Amino acid sequence: MSKFKFAMYWAGSCGGCEIAVLEIKEKILEVDANFDVVFWPVAVDFKYKDVEGYDDGYIDVCLFNGCIRNSENEYMANLLRKKSKVLVAFGACATMGGIPGLINEATAQELKELVYTKNPSIDNPEGVFPQEKYEVPEGELDLPHLYDTVKTLGQCVDVDYFMPGCPPEAHQIAAVLDVVTAALKGEAALPPKGAVVGVAPKSCCDECKRVKEEKKIGGFRRIWEFFPDPEKCLLEQGVVCMGPATRAGCGARCTTVGMACRGCYGAPDGVIDQGAKMLSTLASIVDAPTPEEIAEIAATLPDPVGTFYRFGLASSLLRRAKV
Amino acid sequence: MTAASEKESRVSDQFEPRLIGFLCRWCSYNGADLAGTSRMKYPPNLVPIKTNCSGRVDPTHIMKALAEGADGVLIAGCHPGDCHYINGNYRTAGRFPLMHKLLEQLGLEPGRVRLEWVSAAEGDKFARVVTEFTEEIRALGPLGWRTQTDVDPAKPGTAASDRVEEAVPA
Amino acid sequence: MAEEKIGVYICHCGTNIAGTVDVEEVTRWAAEQPNVAIAREYKYMCSDPGQDLIKQDIKENGITRAVVAACSPTMHEPTFRKAAGDGGLNPYLLQMANIREHCSWVTIDHDAATEKAKRILGAQIHRLPLNVPLQPIEVPVNPNVMVVGGGIAGIEAALKLAATGKKVYLVERDPSIGGHMAMFDKTFPTLDCAACILTPKMSAAGKEPNIEMLAYSEVTQVDGYVGNFKVKVKKKARFIDTDKCTGCALCTEACVVRKVPSEFDMGLSKRAAAYIPFPQAVPLRATIDPTRCLTLTGKKCKQPCVAACGPEAIDFEQKDEELELEVGAIIMATGFQLWDPTPETRYSYGKLDNVISSLEFERISNASGPTGGHIVCKNGEAPKSVAILHCVGSRDDNHQEFCSRVCCMYSLKFAHLIKEHLPETEVYECYIDMRTYGKGYEEFYKRLMNESVHFIRGRAAEVSAVALSPEEQGELVVKVEDTLLGITRRLPVDMVILSSGLAPRADAKATSQIFGFGCSSNGFFLERHPKLEPVSTVTDGIFIAGCCQYPKDIPDTVAQAGAAAAGALALVDNATVKVEPTISYIDPEKCSGCHICVGLCPHAAIQYNAEKDAAEVIEAACKGCGVCVAACGSGVPQQRGYLDEQIFAEIEGALVV
Repeated sequence: MSKFKFAMYWAGSCGGCEIAVLEIKEKILEVDANFDVVFWPVAVDFKYKDVEGYDDGYIDVCLFNGCIRNSENEYMANLLRKKSKVLVAFGACATMGGIPGLINEATAQELKELVYTKNPSIDNPEGVFPQEKYEVPEGELDLPHLYDTVKTLGQCVDVDYFMPGCPPEAHQIAAVLDVVTAALKGEAALPPKGAVVGVAPKSCCDECKRVKEEKKIGGFRRIWEFFPDPEKCLLEQGVVCMGPATRAGCGARCTTVGMACRGCYGAPDGVIDQGAKMLSTLASIVDAPTPEEIAEIAATLPDPVGTFYRFGLASSLLRRAKV
Repeated sequence: MTAASEKESRVSDQFEPRLIGFLCRWCSYNGADLAGTSRMKYPPNLVPIKTNCSGRVDPTHIMKALAEGADGVLIAGCHPGDCHYINGNYRTAGRFPLMHKLLEQLGLEPGRVRLEWVSAAEGDKFARVVTEFTEEIRALGPLGWRTQTDVDPAKPGTAASDRVEEAVPA
Repeated sequence: MAEEKIGVYICHCGTNIAGTVDVEEVTRWAAEQPNVAIAREYKYMCSDPGQDLIKQDIKENGITRAVVAACSPTMHEPTFRKAAGDGGLNPYLLQMANIREHCSWVTIDHDAATEKAKRILGAQIHRLPLNVPLQPIEVPVNPNVMVVGGGIAGIEAALKLAATGKKVYLVERDPSIGGHMAMFDKTFPTLDCAACILTPKMSAAGKEPNIEMLAYSEVTQVDGYVGNFKVKVKKKARFIDTDKCTGCALCTEACVVRKVPSEFDMGLSKRAAAYIPFPQAVPLRATIDPTRCLTLTGKKCKQPCVAACGPEAIDFEQKDEELELEVGAIIMATGFQLWDPTPETRYSYGKLDNVISSLEFERISNASGPTGGHIVCKNGEAPKSVAILHCVGSRDDNHQEFCSRVCCMYSLKFAHLIKEHLPETEVYECYIDMRTYGKGYEEFYKRLMNESVHFIRGRAAEVSAVALSPEEQGELVVKVEDTLLGITRRLPVDMVILSSGLAPRADAKATSQIFGFGCSSNGFFLERHPKLEPVSTVTDGIFIAGCCQYPKDIPDTVAQAGAAAAGALALVDNATVKVEPTISYIDPEKCSGCHICVGLCPHAAIQYNAEKDAAEVIEAACKGCGVCVAACGSGVPQQRGYLDEQIFAEIEGALVV
């Protein structure tokens, strides 16, 4: 029996999703037993040309991580969609835009200016910027076009499954690989197209073991400002925790070790904008005698976009800052 | 100039803001009704959407309105202390400045989303608020957020969908 | 989702809508919208034939949803939902689009109004496919009624209800019922003695077995909802055992503290710390003022009251009592307070002697008042001339904008009473308009015109003690423009009566917030509809009657009290009442048990179920505010009839045109 074809690609990514796959540890041997890797830039040396040469649908399953940041990312998204039977948006960046999505607060030009001229550790008096096209004696060099706006994979191509997480947790990756392998072998049915996989029902609060009681806070606190009670819900202690507005599946590993959830598993089912909902939740539990005081306290949060849309700005309703 | 074309140019030479107003059923919706029964006149740009309480209104609804093409959003609830549900409007009040802060980070002019307390007896206030709000948004100009959220590859040139030819494989 | 068949009905409302909105164009446009199967226009949709259109389309054309573009849903949503129900469609599959109050009545340009009507209608058309059938919730109704306020309005309402067999709690803040009417001398236009017509009603209320009299008591908290109000009443301590007290008043005579200004006499006489407010008080029981009594303020006293009290009713240890009462309906009859003329500094009230308020004059003129019914100045002498100034603090942008309705009549009454007691005294009435609109009022005015009263048409400019001529020495001088003669006059008089208007009580706003209804911009309690629902409030089950709603005379007060009693009776005479099913629900399969919503519910309608590790809604207590829906980060609580999807659909529909 020939093995199934596996591909994994990193677009606007940090590489963490690749490492996360390795976190399945010995299970990687099972993967190896069932799949041939036909494209995985971090691990094997297949080129874009090879992928272009594959038949359409040649790749049985492709895990695509990273956001769509430039024209190369978008090209590969389109290419891999063509060549794959099952395309999985893998990780927060591919599903929601991820942390790179925060650049949607600015434009490509502003980003370039910051990197190449406007920061203290650069010395670039002539204002030299990278060129998308540059003639050299040997020919023309080109760089991908940097987009103003980070897009999710689903905003570019038709995606079969979405696996959130920054990165997706190893036990979830293992579970999804099991299902996919079984389905390819005809032993199980694939989930319905468009499903979010590698997750658990409900929100992160469900998996978090901390004790939850009445939630009324008088202000916000950072983790380092006090000694948090290890048993008590972090939100109740004034720490901004995205747990109530974050999909379960990760096992609440962060809150277990005293770190507030930052929302990397994305919005729970039925919530169309994670950041907006969390804003509503947080402001709703602020307690003070008058509405003016409630409003004042709630507005002390220093960076609403960075807090509520840390992973999901590109997939939010407003998607980016006004250009 | 004929009457018809006069009307046309009157309507088309000005930008007509598209506004959404979330009104709470007990106070501001009745206040708007009172403005109607009193035959007060105000610009026609705001479409009211009723909820039982302003506390039902979620930043999601406001962002949805902006993303769908509204140039401005008004939230009108009961005066604090008058809320039919005791303190639902406290939740509204609490959410609003934080949401404003977020929207400002995204480059939205502060005047585009407005929170007002309008009681059932304040028909005149409702008419005045809508008139002022319409003119303020008219002065700010169209928001055009739809073009920013548009990621349809078939519609090039929008902020979210800029792309180059070579992004499409042969 | 299966295709829905929406029926769209656009009402002309005569010319109210059709005069501004191009209803044919809107109908044509509506017919083209997604899911719309039928679009009709009709002159008066709320009429029987109009409603029949909907019923017919349900039965014969199989429409599965309906929207009526017409007036405000506050007006006719129940009408059209009932019509839908009668036609066989679940009532909650019908929405209204408000294109009258929110569109045709407020827009000048017809094209713009038509476009706006399309957007308003478009929002509902977009939303309708997401409506699902809902069943109204029936809750039991407590048959008891509470009347708050024991003036003529409260007494009348209580008596009417008690006569139908209902139990009424009559709560009155003062030690006796009777209100302001008990203070009046004669009442216009018949000149009946106020006490003579009031005391039989007070007595009847005191004796009526169905009325539980809670005098010297105040409402502190109201919870619950229509048919099921839970009211906390504080029965203030009189320090007198009311079961033993016979009202003999011997303690009031024995009390050593004798210089407390009498509230009933407007401070014109003194009472003791142990007192009965007036001789015809109901209940006829003494009360000890805890702010003045020597014993109760920690000072030494021989307590002659205790010695004087035969039944040994005095109890200095008595405490306030907290009652928790359950009633199905509440009638507010808390009355008014007289507008204090002090801010009208040009009239020198409180600065010059013999410038008095209207209630002060009522007490002076009253035979059982501080002067024994003799109209006298502060020096005890009868005035030789009196000026009565109308509209003090009324019809005035600086004070109360509105007209208080009763002041012209009571001013004329005062003129008559003065002339009756002191035929030689000159009486001047300085008025702007003579508002004598009621039954017998114009005739009363005409009568006064023949009683040698000087009528000067002009609002008085000032009252001073500055004499510019010998006649003015030692007198109050009223400066007034006589607009009919076209000259400014200075009237030297011995006494000035300031006819100020009726104002809302100082704590009217706070009271309305305790009970959960609103106030008008002028501070009086807000009625549900100015013409058609003058005695209801927007809160089902709470009614208002009398001057707390707006200044009015005694006939209108009594009429309103009867109307409020009828409204309350219509409610509590049924075993159940239907409440809107637009309440929250929480799916325990989706809830993570984070507790956020539990503490947020204003009505404590959400509880945490430890077994399921989920929150759950107590349906009977949920009033459908939707705060929990907005606050939940996981979008788990949803509000029937106001689902997020439905609101999003309205937003889309409003912006798609």
